Amino acid sequence: MSDTPLLDVRGLTTHYVSARGTRVTRAVEDVSFTLRDGETLGIVGESGSGKSTLALSLLRLLPPAARIVAGAVRFEGEDLLNKPESEMRRIRGKRIAMILQDPMASLNPLFTVGDQVGEPLRVHEGATRRGAWNRARELLGAVRISAPAARVRNYPHELSGGMRQRIVGAIAISCGPRVLIADEPTTSLDVTIQAQYLSLLRELQRAQGLAMIFITHNLGIVARMCDAVAVMYAGRIVEAGPVRRIFGAPQHPYTRALIESIPRLGEANGRLTAIEGQPPDPAALPTGCAFHPRCPQRLERCATEVPHDTAIATDHRTACWLHP
Amino acid sequence: MTPLLEARGLVKHFPVRSGLFGGSQKVVRAVDDVSFMIEPGTTLGLVGESGCGKTTTAKLVLLLEKPTGGEIRFDGESLATLDADGLRRYRKSVQAVFQDPFASLSPRMRVGSIIAEPLVTNERLSAAELGTRLRKVLDLVGLPARSAQLFPHEFSGGQRQRIAIARALTLSPRLIVLDEPVSALDVSIRAQILNLLRDLQRELGLAYLFIAHDLAAVAHMSQVIAVMYLGRVVETGDARTLVSRPRHPYTQALFAAALPSHPDDSRDEIVLAGDVPSPLDPPSGCRFHTRCPKVMAHCSVDEPKLACVDGRDVACHLYDPRVSL
Repeated sequence: MSDTPLLDVRGLTTHYVSARGTRVTRAVEDVSFTLRDGETLGIVGESGSGKSTLALSLLRLLPPAARIVAGAVRFEGEDLLNKPESEMRRIRGKRIAMILQDPMASLNPLFTVGDQVGEPLRVHEGATRRGAWNRARELLGAVRISAPAARVRNYPHELSGGMRQRIVGAIAISCGPRVLIADEPTTSLDVTIQAQYLSLLRELQRAQGLAMIFITHNLGIVARMCDAVAVMYAGRIVEAGPVRRIFGAPQHPYTRALIESIPRLGEANGRLTAIEGQPPDPAALPTGCAFHPRCPQRLERCATEVPHDTAIATDHRTACWLHP
Repeated sequence: MTPLLEARGLVKHFPVRSGLFGGSQKVVRAVDDVSFMIEPGTTLGLVGESGCGKTTTAKLVLLLEKPTGGEIRFDGESLATLDADGLRRYRKSVQAVFQDPFASLSPRMRVGSIIAEPLVTNERLSAAELGTRLRKVLDLVGLPARSAQLFPHEFSGGQRQRIAIARALTLSPRLIVLDEPVSALDVSIRAQILNLLRDLQRELGLAYLFIAHDLAAVAHMSQVIAVMYLGRVVETGDARTLVSRPRHPYTQALFAAALPSHPDDSRDEIVLAGDVPSPLDPPSGCRFHTRCPKVMAHCSVDEPKLACVDGRDVACHLYDPRVSL
């Protein structure tokens, strides 16, 4: 059992197709990764890199214009992409849960916190109203909300941003999922509240043996939270590996530039290494390696041929012609 | 040397009506007795979480809000004593760049008109002179001259922020207020803009009031840092001193909460309990005492004053010699 990964994604490809089918945006292209029990994987990328589309593809929650064109998402050995919708509904929220960026958008303003935290229990486990309500109170305690007995009666607007996001966390863990996908969960929070939330997620992870996928643009979150990281650029994973290796010896020029471009606390303030140009438009990607127009080390073939994955070491791979 | 800008005991209260028919009146103490100085050609970094009053402070400096108390001095002159002409000169010398370049540029104006607008309203220039000045600032911020013909939507976030910076530069200001200038930008673009801002500072001798919640960026950009909490400055001083050994428990927590740039950067994790209290009803005594890990009995009674500790100013009873521990 320990040898088969909990989640095994192979060659996942998701495209957005315009209404007439004339324009295709390659949002996610040939993405593969694995997630083991209890592991935390960070998926880092800038806006338009396809990281959110990837998250939605895993749970098949894509908007109508998106198509999963190829690949497999094996969860506990079974391909989620072949499952009927009815079975997917039993997996979402129960086996694989998700936390989104904006807690105000993921909570319903018309229902109390207790109703919303209890809802997955009633849907997935057939809990009674009273049972779900009592369990909701315990869950609020688990996500460190003070006076849970009073808070269950509150509506989302009566809570602060940090508390709302903790409620969303309580909903996510309510059915004891195996995998938690968190898409930019702390972007809307203040610095000290973000630290609170991250340490809470870590606590929950330890207590419940959760595996987590952290989708973020923030390398700092990856450094603090993750065991492994996959760096996305223009829909593809350009480098993946254990966090310490990626930060210590990044192999892809994009990863290296990204790490060097961030100001570090307590370091002499010289010039930052900037990446020239801007991230490409996903609807009009450059040929060859999508990073080649911005790459300081580009070779001739970079403009024409898409680099393939090369293993640098165990678990560490990159797609770059510098490592053919 | 007189500082370029000096704020003395700045106070800004916003009245809030509450209750049926606006019966009772409460006051939000957004900025409460804040003082700082900005020397010519240097950067003051203002850090704090939402609701700490950093944006209100920026608005006071930009004269977008009238202070309830205290004064701002520019070049040694109090703004309160300036006549209309003096105020116009002040407004020309102090410009701003805001967080969201998608909101701060009019979508219906060409980039050329956006950048030239401050010149058109403030200086009588011929079309030829206007064109020269326009090309000069575009060149300064690294945009091609043909950008003037285009509309903002034709540019990416980073380029739009360059346009906003160009607009701020047209009147040759001496101080630019930068309110979260890189927060809305992609990670790979932030370094470009921070580098540009530093180059411009060196080339043009600009002073910056740099407001951000990203500590590493503030530390990178500033010579002096002021940390705000609920309308008060809790710690201020030389950036390096402050970053290497923060003294106020809030500053320490803020620095501990800042995300590491490497998985091996091990910092003590100080996780603050609770949320930032409402500025409508700030805690008595030291405003941080409700969340402070080192709180003492009299912290809820006495409000600490800024006093010099280890080469920087801290407002905390921990360092008060009169308090015997």
